[in-house]
Amino acid sequence: MEATRIRLAEGVHLTYLPARKFKTSLLSAQFVTPLRRETAGANALLAAVLRRGTVSCPDMGALSAKMDNLYDASIDYTVRKKGENQCVGFVASFIDDRYAPDGERLLEPAAALLGELICDPVTYHGRFVPEYFESEKTNLLEAIRSLINDKRDWADSRLLRALCDGEAYAVPRLGDEETVDKLQALKVYTQYRDLISTAPLEIIYSGSADLERVKQALAAAFATLPREEVRVISTAAPHVCRESVQHVEDVLDVTQGKLGMGFSCGSDDMPALLMGNTLFGGSSNSKLFLNVREKLSLCYYASSLYHRQKGLITVSSGIEFQNYQRAYDEIMAQMEAVQKGELEDWELEGARSTLLNNYATVGDSQGKLENFYLGQAATGQHETPADLARAIQDMTAERICRAMSTVKLDTVYFLKGKEGEA
Amino acid sequence: MKETFYERIGEAVCRERLTNGLEVCVVPKPGYAKKYAFFSTRYGGMDTRFCLDGQWLNTPAGIAHYLEHKMFDTREGNALQELAKNGAEPNAFTSNAMTAYYFDSTEHFEENLRILLSFVSIPYFTDESVAKEQGIIGQEIRMIEDNPDWQIYTRMLRAMYHRHAARTSIAGTVESIAEITADTLYDCHKAFYTPANMILTVVGDVDPVHVIDLANRVLPKLSGPIIERDYGTEPETVAEKETVLEMEVSAPQFLAGFKCAPATEGDDYMRAAILGDMASDILMGESSALYQRLYEQGLINPSFGGAFEMMPGVAYLYAGGDSKDANAVTDAILREAARIAAEGVDEDYFRRIRKASFGANLRGLNSFENIAVTLTEGYFHGYDPLRFPEVFESITPEDVAAFLKTNVTAERMVLSRIVPKQ
Repeated sequence: MEATRIRLAEGVHLTYLPARKFKTSLLSAQFVTPLRRETAGANALLAAVLRRGTVSCPDMGALSAKMDNLYDASIDYTVRKKGENQCVGFVASFIDDRYAPDGERLLEPAAALLGELICDPVTYHGRFVPEYFESEKTNLLEAIRSLINDKRDWADSRLLRALCDGEAYAVPRLGDEETVDKLQALKVYTQYRDLISTAPLEIIYSGSADLERVKQALAAAFATLPREEVRVISTAAPHVCRESVQHVEDVLDVTQGKLGMGFSCGSDDMPALLMGNTLFGGSSNSKLFLNVREKLSLCYYASSLYHRQKGLITVSSGIEFQNYQRAYDEIMAQMEAVQKGELEDWELEGARSTLLNNYATVGDSQGKLENFYLGQAATGQHETPADLARAIQDMTAERICRAMSTVKLDTVYFLKGKEGEA
Repeated sequence: MKETFYERIGEAVCRERLTNGLEVCVVPKPGYAKKYAFFSTRYGGMDTRFCLDGQWLNTPAGIAHYLEHKMFDTREGNALQELAKNGAEPNAFTSNAMTAYYFDSTEHFEENLRILLSFVSIPYFTDESVAKEQGIIGQEIRMIEDNPDWQIYTRMLRAMYHRHAARTSIAGTVESIAEITADTLYDCHKAFYTPANMILTVVGDVDPVHVIDLANRVLPKLSGPIIERDYGTEPETVAEKETVLEMEVSAPQFLAGFKCAPATEGDDYMRAAILGDMASDILMGESSALYQRLYEQGLINPSFGGAFEMMPGVAYLYAGGDSKDANAVTDAILREAARIAAEGVDEDYFRRIRKASFGANLRGLNSFENIAVTLTEGYFHGYDPLRFPEVFESITPEDVAAFLKTNVTAERMVLSRIVPKQ
């Protein structure tokens, strides 16, 4: 499968991914904008408000009826963090024309609705409809507050916030409560107009229609998109490691503790760090899984994540409160083992094939394809999954060891229970 | 081998019953790199009391899930790592009525399939390895105990059922799993991991003949008997009207359950499942007038959702999410159900929802995991799930109105709530 990326208009690009094997087609339109504390919440909010109605379908009832009649077409608003950029827009998914029982063409009406949601929202005196604005503001505030309900995600985000304090990467995807609470309808509307005029727009299509037909459908759907002085996509600033390790703790009424650790990578050898992280804690064959979980039975999960754009590795684990020191020591010992090159052949080959399998199957899922190519565009990268696979193919233990030796502990986070209850 | 082609949805399935009683299903998917195998037994968290060799056994809550964890141990080491070395991504889950082991891989598929069939059919436990797992699963239980979604769902089931085994927590408790020994695990394996109680489903670009050959070579030649289980007798009434728990959550949550009459196995089971889903969508899905009204009133937010669920001897409709006033929401649900029961379902609206439901089911066929789970459930309950287009057409607006009239009533309702800690 070949990916084609073409320029449609100023600051508008289409990534065209032809495929006939899916039951559905996917069409995604995403604005890429710098992730900032001041604007993140408003961007998340405007996407939710836009989803409430267009001039031709002014309420949820009309929108739902339209999508039901397109055989459960779904058009979801999405707010994602890619490096230090925020991607805001809609992903439409609808059954491929080949399966429409009455031979209908679904790409054109779905694209038209997508374009309307972005360019033609229902408004009231030149701003968003007040009821829609207020109810989505309440929903967004609730969504932000509800992050605490999942303690694992919450602990991971608390670690990231402490680790990248003062950097854009610490800004949560949906913005924060304080900023959202103060948002006014007119200001958000202004930010919306600014976003659709000046932010680069990335469109991604996967399905059976040919390129010409997709271009025509998009030209019609986005005919009224305002475009002026479109910004260029900026890339993330690497994290600078702290001089001495930072320790952060939270106390909640929970039964399980969460230990998070943030490491800073001094090397920019991306493929080597990616492999190194997979060996360390990135798979069910990793040192963290085999030792912290399987050998010492300290936890149900202990895994690590490599943040390519920032040169960071973070560890996430759930443990008994009193096992803090044992888990900490073991995680550090496993990191040291990777750094010293204590890697068996089967570990190396396992990590390599895990990553190769991941890249080989990107093309098997429209969701993965969309997320992959959006991520590349939003971070200024151009490799295909096949390019990334090639970089892993002949990775050596020496190169991994060299890159991982530059990895240093930066921040430790611990979520513990209330005293006397543990 | 019998091959069935489903023209309306563009899928083919090859089925074969081996001489040892195992059902094998292969769904060829040309054009995909990923190959997926799903090996499952009709045995889950609710099967704690059963008759083995003429004797009724009571086994500890959580044993099916414990067994799932321990099945990966082999005489030579650990199958999880063996598969991961080949780049396969193995995993497993235990639900109320099923335990499944699966992997996907792009390379070495047949070798990986051999490993899967072998480790699931050959138990290997020692007292030491069984004891070691207590720590890991203990932490898994702690993790879910802190999870409000799990708490609210489990507590709803316990409120709905007096005695039925659906009350049993799939993972058990830290206390119940302490009773598990290697011997009890061997007993359960002998009872339920026998070919006639199992099904192998493979999805991907594979040769069905090779899959069947391999299963014939690796698996036992003979099957044990089908085991009789006891789920307890259950009256029609609910056990408890309301249950409330305080947790560290951001906002109050609720889940309302409506206890329905269970369906018999076979085609009726599938029809009941589809009817229940459609009734749920028509009553309170995103397209419904009720959903829109409650959303606009701020009584529900995007966290709201409902569905219909079935397992052996059990059926219930449920709905919930965050709400500041759960009683206002459940009152509105009851009133709307009564209105539809009295006035009937609007014909246009009904056709729309049926169109959308067809699209949603078709969309599900993009997912290999979903295809495998669906075929497996169909096999265990005696129906062919890929006949869904025909079944949708057989359902009438009157069926839906009658379903709502019988089931969505105050008598059949239970309310499970989580409220923030003071």
